[in-house]
Amino acid sequence: MIAALRALFGKADAPAVAAPPEAPEAPARQLALVIDLNVCVGCHACVTSCKEWNTGGAAGPLVDENAYGADPTGTFFNRVQTYEAGVFPNTETVHFPKSCLHCEDPPCVPVCPTGASYKRKSDGIVLVDYDKCIGCKYCAWACPYGARELDEARQVMTKCTLCVDRIEDTTLAPDDRKPACVKACPTGARLFGDVKDPDSEVARAIRERGGYSLMPEWDTRPANQYLPRRVTTPPQR
Amino acid sequence: MNPAFSVVVFTTAAGAGQGLVVALAIALLAGVPMTPSFVRASLLVAIFLLVAGLVSSFLHLGRPARAWRAAAMWRTSWLSREVIVLPAFIVVVGLWWLAARDPGSAPARLVLPLAAIAGAALLWYCTAMIYACLRFIEEWAQPLTIVNFVLLGVSSGSVLASALAALAGEERALTLAVWLALLVTLVAWPSRTAAWRRNATLRHRSTLQSATGIRSARLAQTSMGMSAGSFNTREFFHRASVSALGRIKGIAIVLAFALPALAMAGVAAGVLPGIACVVAFVVQVPGLIADRWLFFAQAKHPQNLYYQVVS
Repeated sequence: MIAALRALFGKADAPAVAAPPEAPEAPARQLALVIDLNVCVGCHACVTSCKEWNTGGAAGPLVDENAYGADPTGTFFNRVQTYEAGVFPNTETVHFPKSCLHCEDPPCVPVCPTGASYKRKSDGIVLVDYDKCIGCKYCAWACPYGARELDEARQVMTKCTLCVDRIEDTTLAPDDRKPACVKACPTGARLFGDVKDPDSEVARAIRERGGYSLMPEWDTRPANQYLPRRVTTPPQR
Repeated sequence: MNPAFSVVVFTTAAGAGQGLVVALAIALLAGVPMTPSFVRASLLVAIFLLVAGLVSSFLHLGRPARAWRAAAMWRTSWLSREVIVLPAFIVVVGLWWLAARDPGSAPARLVLPLAAIAGAALLWYCTAMIYACLRFIEEWAQPLTIVNFVLLGVSSGSVLASALAALAGEERALTLAVWLALLVTLVAWPSRTAAWRRNATLRHRSTLQSATGIRSARLAQTSMGMSAGSFNTREFFHRASVSALGRIKGIAIVLAFALPALAMAGVAAGVLPGIACVVAFVVQVPGLIADRWLFFAQAKHPQNLYYQVVS
């Protein structure tokens, strides 16, 4: 605490936590998604298949409130957003899927007062133990990406599990042991694998196609990476 | 952030309770003569405020019945540390209340008042660090967050102490509490203003470009991916207009700082009767609530970058 105080009052404008959080023992494997913005067409198939699988799977049910009303809302682990880059007429539409990034330094985990939020040692997946969660929402405040959603019916924090109940299910055919969103993507914009294994499809894609992290300024070291658009200069009109 | 009323009430009530305990301890350690019944009644008021705060904090939880689990992760979580320190502090104040029956004893005279000051300081530090440790909520991640939690707590607690002393007719305690309240309120006011100023001119490190990795000078969201709201749009947006924020800030300045400081100065100078301290406390409470509401509303969470346009 003395060190914390010293760090705090040392520099006027420095963030309250000066020292970077101690690197947790790095898991040997780190499962993650690599999302190819070059081929995502914004169809939302990953959103609906995620909801469909997880509401009936180990992470569910994911509530839907006013599903047929004017103001429907509910719990989702994955969204597809759309952005417009550039100045008309030279604009690009970028569809941007967004889910938990399974950070290697997840800021949501150490703040959890009960230990319900944890990063799995065997494969680096960030999970919530719903039986321990008290619904204080502090982990959601501590995630800069807005990756966590409180389930309003169960009043516990929920998030993407990388479909832990699919990828380890030996009763499924080996090719089906992938997250539901990956299976659903019609353009192959979502790759899944161990980013720590240099020979994996995901590690190769990151290496060869300029994979990048979201909000690198906060040193959360997201495991999920994004592949940029390859057409960077649209044809002049 | 969308201010959670339960947390606003909790931090305000507990802060005033801590401040009241600190004001009483300072008076006792300074040798101000007080009747045991006044000390004990005031400690009961402090315990009431702390317990009321604790109850309010439970209302913030989705699963209050599991709250006992929250003490588990004290090694890493400031929230967990607060959950341990708050009941421990209530126990120390309770022991002091018991010991105060015999005001001449060492525990009542020295040990427990000192322990209470230390406990109050530790609790303020834990509470403030819950916010200050979130490095990407840049409005909170600054030393003034901690300073202001302490100053606002001591200000409201000593105004309350002066009100209680005025009601009980404790002249010497009233004098000390009034001067303490005046001094601390006059320090808290510019300190809080400094935090507002800093936050108003803050340039956030995260941008839409860093949030999406799309390298284009002009980048705009055209859809957040849903038509109705989600947890992300409910929890992190306060939806108050800029003019409403300005009005709430005005309320906070007048009620939490200006009027209490004026009342304390009036009583200290002998212009106002002691009972003005009671009015000052009643006036200050809504001001403190407004100020704490603003503390949350002013914080812009970086996740908001992802939730700008419905469709």
